[in-house]
Amino acid sequence: MSTNTDQYWADNIRLILKLLFVWFFVSFGLGIILVEPLNTIEFYGFKLGFWFAQQGSIISFVLLIFYYIKKMSELDAKYNVDD
Amino acid sequence: MDLQILIYLVVGATFVLYIGIAIWAKAKTTGDFYIAGSGVHPIVNGMATGADWMSAASFISLAGLISYLGYEAGMYLMGWTGGYVLLAMLLAPYLRKFGKFTVPEFISDRYYSRTARVIAVMCLIFISFTYVAGQMRGVGIVFSRFLELPIDQGLYLGMGIVFVYSVIGGMKGITYTQVAQYIVLMFAYSVPAIFMAIQFTGNPVPQLAFGSQMSDGSGFLLDALDKTLMDLGFSSYTEPFNDKSMIDVLAITLALMVGTAGLPHVIVRFFTVPKVADARKSAGWALIFIALLYTTAPVVGSLSRLNIINSINGSDNTGTLYTEMPSWFQTWENSGLLAWHDHNGDGKLQYAAGNAFAGNGKPSFEGDARGALGERITTNPSAGEVVNKAPFANEIYIDRDIMVLANPEIAQLPNWVIALIAAGGVAAALSTAAGLLLVISASISHDLLKSTFMPNISDKAELRASRITSAFAILVAGYLGLHPPAFVAQVVAFAFGLAASSLFPVLIMGIFSKRMNKYGAISGMLTGLVFTMGYIIYFKGIFIEPMAANTAENWLFGISPEGIGSIGMCLNFLVAFIISSFTPPPPQDVQDMVERIRLPNAAAAAHDH
Repeated sequence: MSTNTDQYWADNIRLILKLLFVWFFVSFGLGIILVEPLNTIEFYGFKLGFWFAQQGSIISFVLLIFYYIKKMSELDAKYNVDD
Repeated sequence: MDLQILIYLVVGATFVLYIGIAIWAKAKTTGDFYIAGSGVHPIVNGMATGADWMSAASFISLAGLISYLGYEAGMYLMGWTGGYVLLAMLLAPYLRKFGKFTVPEFISDRYYSRTARVIAVMCLIFISFTYVAGQMRGVGIVFSRFLELPIDQGLYLGMGIVFVYSVIGGMKGITYTQVAQYIVLMFAYSVPAIFMAIQFTGNPVPQLAFGSQMSDGSGFLLDALDKTLMDLGFSSYTEPFNDKSMIDVLAITLALMVGTAGLPHVIVRFFTVPKVADARKSAGWALIFIALLYTTAPVVGSLSRLNIINSINGSDNTGTLYTEMPSWFQTWENSGLLAWHDHNGDGKLQYAAGNAFAGNGKPSFEGDARGALGERITTNPSAGEVVNKAPFANEIYIDRDIMVLANPEIAQLPNWVIALIAAGGVAAALSTAAGLLLVISASISHDLLKSTFMPNISDKAELRASRITSAFAILVAGYLGLHPPAFVAQVVAFAFGLAASSLFPVLIMGIFSKRMNKYGAISGMLTGLVFTMGYIIYFKGIFIEPMAANTAENWLFGISPEGIGSIGMCLNFLVAFIISSFTPPPPQDVQDMVERIRLPNAAAAAHDH
């Protein structure tokens, strides 16, 4: 691997770790570990912790993937590795 | 029009559609047969993945499961969607770049080892057959309920349909039929959900109705449900950890997410798109299509729970006379999925917490004998005690699976909606079964036959072989559907646990660690496999008697067999890294291959099959 592609891979890993943190936080964090305190907060007829477990985490997953797609296509173009 | 004729027409029309698509998309080469010639548009593939993913269980059982579990059902909802984030970022693009036909093929090339390949094939076959047997059973149940065929005849019909379109069309045929099946099943799922959302809250969008005020003025939907349930002695719907501990919910969610990302029939769908960037996009679209159903299911679950309670206990909450119950009650009583025992002898049905029937709570019927009011006579009523200060003892048995199947009737929706549900259930079962059968046959004909026993076989002969193994796999699946072995009921524990603990870690390490060698991978895979399988068998007693009661006191760290795959996965990683640090690194050409799959463009080896 040249330095250029090494850099591409390092950027990719950094992006993945960042997004995996969000992935963990919205589901395991807000949906499970923090569900009890969050359930004391109500908005629009939902208890917040319950909403994250059954709706919010799924919606966040979709947004995460599309953010990754966008960022990766920028990285692919920047390092000139797109197929 | 008569309901039965309508159902035949709608389901029949979908069959004609599926077979027509298969003939149009006939596979001509092994590339077509295994991976649809890598020419599938990412959005189309996303939709096909959605149908592939959403099984008979998702369609029929998920909402019912949610309606009983309440908050804890979130582990299934998050578990069966969160894996797509892992697929999109950690697996799909790199495995697509590797650019071959099967998952064991990657493991064999990356770990330069035939042993690793054979272990992977064994895992794949065991996972997929467990899963497919459950699907075939689902096909049989849907057919028998809606087409009024005996379960075995329903099963033969289902096998016949899958046979036609998967043997002719291969992956190409399956992909385009799955697109049609996705549309059928999603439409069938949403229509009753929208009807019910309007009926209860006036808001047509189920996901919004979930948080809306009830039209009858009883406050927010979820608050009303919580109150209704607690008045009847049930535990709250929205409060966490009534039936499961936090650690178990965490472990199960993780095992399902990681297991999803390690399931071969899901991974292989990403081999069918033209480019690496398409594999990422495709995972995103797949999750959108899946999320549509998975965010609707909890709404259907909560509404149907309310719906069934209201229609049994009546508006004054004293119960409904058996003779005045709508016809759906008798329909489902006839199939044994509903039962009533009049504990207080008032001729009315009452539904509350507690078991109406003794033993495991399921009714045993005295043949087809009828009581004075026409109800089916049961032989095992419970003592009929009032629990948790409910206003009356529970007199009703409800099988969870009827939540989706009976909902349209309970909510008094038009007949065409019921016909649609039938077609949707069949579509969900067939699409998943076909996807699973394909990875089984590809693995046998490509990984075992072509690569291990007959390397000189021509493409044409391999295509014929894969059609034969595909037909053979359908027969085995049909047999397993007719005579389900005990482990079919444990699909979740087994399929997801094994995928999480055996396949997922070696795939991840194969991409993200250049240093990982075959010794590490093989010992990791075996450790994960043996540990997870051993734990499940120890508590669930498959093939043998359980060796310990399946209760929280006996579990390791309080983790149930459903969640143990997450520990198996950690052990797999741990053992693999320890062993590989003592053994020589992989050869240079393998390390070069890892560098190549990390880059979308480095063309070499990407497109030569």
